[in-house]
Amino acid sequence: MAPTVITAASVEKRFDERVIFRDVSFEVRRGEIFVILGGSGCGKSTLLKLLIGLLPPTSGEALVLGENLSTLKGAPRRAALARIGVMWQQGALLGSLNLTQNVALPMEQHTKLPPAARDALARAKLGLVGLGDAATRLPAEISGGMLKRAGIARAMALDPEILFLDEPSAGLDPITSAGLDQLITTLARETGTTFVVVTHELASILAIGDRCIMLDRDAQGMIAEGAPKELRDHSDNPTVRAFFRREVLH
Amino acid sequence: MRCEQGNIAWTVLVPVSTPPPSDQQAGVPLPLTLDLAAAATVWEATLARAKAGETIDASGVTRLDSAGAVLLLEAAAKGATLREPTDEAAVATLARMRTALESAPPAVPMPGIPFIPWLGTAVIGMGTSIRRRITFLGEVTLGSIVMAKHPWRLRRVEVFRHLSEAGTQAFGLCALLGGLLGLILAFQSSIPMRQYGAEIFIPNLVGISLLRELGGLIAAIILAGRSGSAFAAELGTMKVNEEIDALTTMGIDPLSWLVLPRILAATLVMPALAMIVSIAGLIGMALVMAGLGYGPLAVMNQLKQNLDVGDMAGGLFKAAIFGAVVGLIGCRSGLKAGSGPRAVGDAATGAVVSSIVAVVVLDGIFAVLFFRLGW
Repeated sequence: MAPTVITAASVEKRFDERVIFRDVSFEVRRGEIFVILGGSGCGKSTLLKLLIGLLPPTSGEALVLGENLSTLKGAPRRAALARIGVMWQQGALLGSLNLTQNVALPMEQHTKLPPAARDALARAKLGLVGLGDAATRLPAEISGGMLKRAGIARAMALDPEILFLDEPSAGLDPITSAGLDQLITTLARETGTTFVVVTHELASILAIGDRCIMLDRDAQGMIAEGAPKELRDHSDNPTVRAFFRREVLH
Repeated sequence: MRCEQGNIAWTVLVPVSTPPPSDQQAGVPLPLTLDLAAAATVWEATLARAKAGETIDASGVTRLDSAGAVLLLEAAAKGATLREPTDEAAVATLARMRTALESAPPAVPMPGIPFIPWLGTAVIGMGTSIRRRITFLGEVTLGSIVMAKHPWRLRRVEVFRHLSEAGTQAFGLCALLGGLLGLILAFQSSIPMRQYGAEIFIPNLVGISLLRELGGLIAAIILAGRSGSAFAAELGTMKVNEEIDALTTMGIDPLSWLVLPRILAATLVMPALAMIVSIAGLIGMALVMAGLGYGPLAVMNQLKQNLDVGDMAGGLFKAAIFGAVVGLIGCRSGLKAGSGPRAVGDAATGAVVSSIVAVVVLDGIFAVLFFRLGW
């Protein structure tokens, strides 16, 4: 069995008195595509921010590559962050930089590569996500699907061990979405990178997920864990069944 | 070629047609683990060797990441003969990055535009910009006429909101700046006036400056900085969020819904702001005069003798026009905002800069006009 790269142990998050989720525990193994799924407002993105250290847990502990990113400071934190990559829901590319410059930005901050090397490597990363011919374009000049691809290229800039993707296929047409899913599975297979994907897109979950956990707003926590197809076909939980079968809960 | 010394192992650059060189001739060693950190240290030396046409022997590389692969491919592109890695994973990485690089060739620099086409483009662009401004002014004028015929259509709540934001909330700032301005003007004037024993005429000088010129001008600059930029940012954000398109598709005219209340509020509030700046300035001036030994009565007498209602009316009329211009420019900047994260900031900056320039130019025109008319 592959080693564990992420461990969440009894994680709870509250904003003031409002409980987002409690007692969330799971493990992610190296090289797998792990999906965090659930309906709107269940705390998927909050859990992602908690894993990558942008939010501290109210209680419990989340370790990524053995480190608690929300408590790390200074050089150890920078070193830990260089080992992960994050793709944001809207790409979050800097509007004043073209795609090559956006992808080269983490290299500029974390490596001693000369400018020509950063440029070549950034172009290669863009080529890897199928944006080789858009390398000099600004984010405002490309489509939503291309923005997400460019976001993945930037997240992959430093060959991270774990890539976190926040809603990669949200707002995309089915063909573009399928293309993105294929890109994720190809990258996971070829590079051995671990993917943690936050999504509620059913087609994507079934297409890419090796394992998943499901969060639920009413339950204020995790209600299922396992392989997506397994949950779809065999889960006893009515919310899980309704989610996978697109049924209305009464 | 693979070399080992103790626990350290590396591969070396080897000229193609010669037997393996001695350590001294070996050049820059390629680490067996050619990852991002290692690639950064040997990048330039390796490419320099590649340009000289040497062979790069990466056959011993056992760990290759994307940066290492790109280094090998760049070296090959620069003219080196590449002995590729034999490790299975490294071979796969190299193949993947080769495909990626082939699909992303280096950017070809854009040729510069020749002078004549550049000049033509600039002139046409300027003409288009002027035409759009005039069109917007025409639309606002027509919209105002229609609104005057159907005043119940005006969103009074919006007008009061902007009156409050542009007026009530700007009261303190106008009073502060006006007071300081009057104080500084009076103090600076006192230095030359004292040489002629004419300090008693300082109220004449400062009074006319504030009521006819500076009160309206300072108030307009404050309005441009506070409210003009806010108009542009608010409307720019609405444009970026497609709220203006939503209004249009609901059959609501954005001009009467969003623009006219702001322009009306700016026009109405400006005379009040100008008055506050002027009065605060006169109080500041009176303080300096008190310091020079002239009491409030003397100052009032001087003001009464030399200022009349016409001076104040002219200043307030100009202030109202400045307000309309600041509102107009702020709203137009917001409505023409582009897309992307910089659009709103650019719109706000453009609104402030254009408003201040327009107000100063207008003030100059009014000065000439009032002089000619003998006001």
